[in-house]
Amino acid sequence: MSLTRQDVEKIAHLARLSITAQEMPVYVSSLSSIVDFVDELSRTDTEGVLPMAHPLDGQHQRMRADVVSESDHHDKYQENAPAVTAGLYVVPRVLE
Amino acid sequence: MLHNLFIGELADRLSKRQISSAELTQHFLGRIERLNPALNAMITLTAEQALADAAAADVRLAAGERGPLLGIPLIHKDIFCTSGVKTSCGSRMLDNFISPYDATVVARFKAAGTVMLGKSNMDEFAMGSSNETSYYGPVKNPWDIGKVPGGSSGGSAAATAARLTPLATGTDTGGSIRQPAALTGITGLKPTYGRVSRFGMIAFASSLDQAGVFARSAGDAAAGLQVMAGFDPRDSTSVDVPVPDYSKALNQPLKGMKIGLLREFFEGLEPRNAALLEDALNIYTDLGCETLQVSLPHLPLSVPTYYVVAPAECSSNLSRFDGVRYGYRCENPKDLMDLYKRSRGEGFGAEVKRRIMTGTYVLSAGYFDAYYLKAQKARRLITDDFRSAFAKVDLVIGPTTPTPAFDIGAKMNDPVLMYLNDIYTIGANLAGLPGVSVPCGFVDGLPMGLQLIGPHFAEAKLLNAAHQYQQATDWHTHAPRGYDQ
Repeated sequence: MSLTRQDVEKIAHLARLSITAQEMPVYVSSLSSIVDFVDELSRTDTEGVLPMAHPLDGQHQRMRADVVSESDHHDKYQENAPAVTAGLYVVPRVLE
Repeated sequence: MLHNLFIGELADRLSKRQISSAELTQHFLGRIERLNPALNAMITLTAEQALADAAAADVRLAAGERGPLLGIPLIHKDIFCTSGVKTSCGSRMLDNFISPYDATVVARFKAAGTVMLGKSNMDEFAMGSSNETSYYGPVKNPWDIGKVPGGSSGGSAAATAARLTPLATGTDTGGSIRQPAALTGITGLKPTYGRVSRFGMIAFASSLDQAGVFARSAGDAAAGLQVMAGFDPRDSTSVDVPVPDYSKALNQPLKGMKIGLLREFFEGLEPRNAALLEDALNIYTDLGCETLQVSLPHLPLSVPTYYVVAPAECSSNLSRFDGVRYGYRCENPKDLMDLYKRSRGEGFGAEVKRRIMTGTYVLSAGYFDAYYLKAQKARRLITDDFRSAFAKVDLVIGPTTPTPAFDIGAKMNDPVLMYLNDIYTIGANLAGLPGVSVPCGFVDGLPMGLQLIGPHFAEAKLLNAAHQYQQATDWHTHAPRGYDQ
């Protein structure tokens, strides 16, 4: 069940990844072989089996008390930002 | 030679003030300077900070304070956030990232008085089994520099095997501690899922990732785990279960312990690998263990299940790397979409992009049921198989890897061939179980590992079984040529 170039272009778009024209055939081929490999799962009988999202049964999202535990470290956390103005992250214009 | 001593021996000399932490640190920094260039095991060296940490440890020691890791040098895999220090995750995407905070694992080791020598090289975003996908170049195996050390924690493994550090942290999502430990002839432990905090540990696959430790003995690994283990409210998957005294448990006699031989592990095992396991089984029988056959019929589904679940989770976790708030940003983005696509396209390497796209595909509309949901069901089947086995035995034994270390470059063109290196290790990650790999001999002059897997929170039993084996054998004391002097 191989993937086509269009399949990979669509997936790359969903994943927000730029793939060059030269790279495309390699990705089509390797993704196809990975998908073929995992297709083995389709031949397994899983009738009545509950999906398992988590390795430990009985774990659930813990809730904590609704009290303030953090303080503002805005400047420190923005030190790694590529572009910042007045504490805001700068990106190319989104709205026309 | 200081670098051949075990951690207990180093701690003893520190406590008797026969040596200072500063001298010990200088010793390992000197070895790294001299020996690391041939191995490429390190991404960042923190020599200045290390000497400051050592001085602080010496003050604590002089004041009479004692602790199993006080003043002991270590290396952190570059997946752990270290405050004020570059944290790259082996990727161009984070080449410019200086972490503003410490991971819980890092903070706990700091509190215990360890000295951080630096951050080790790794497969990019922990995706790989050979440490060949790193933006910073491949790591070499000290046993043969034409061979891989394994991955993704290849740098930590190579550095520990080369005696550049007595202890190193790693992470294991599909075998990334156990497999490199086996290929470099050292001890590597992956704890139970939820045993060690993932706060500040850059996420690959959130339901599989677990932090663990490399050392040259089960005793040393126990000292490391003691510091790392324990509930952390900042990790919502951290489990609030008491932490036993792992060092005390090491010396329990093994008489009566039931060890399961996994049929699916021994089927088709390469004869020399099988012979080493046979020898190990005889040792365990001599130690008073009972060995029984167990079967995990769904275990062969491990690798395909993993290569649906892990990429799916990684595609979600790596969506945060968007060139906006931190990390790599492409030059001259023409619009927001271009910013996202080229920052990610240029910032990530090929294997990472492959896995993100695999994950995106299996989660996409129309394929979710057939792949992701199906894989989650297979995961339950595998987990249930382990549960049935542990109703009959205390631990399960098998090989860690199908072969010894392979040549650098040998498997880079075939992702599926590379994925099959994890065939023995992945099951434990899917079921959230703890596992340890210890050296058990050599094939073609290269180390091989044997793997023990236990039920949830059985780390004490695993380390006990590993330690007793190491008391009866000396594989774990062998050093690669040129690295013991």
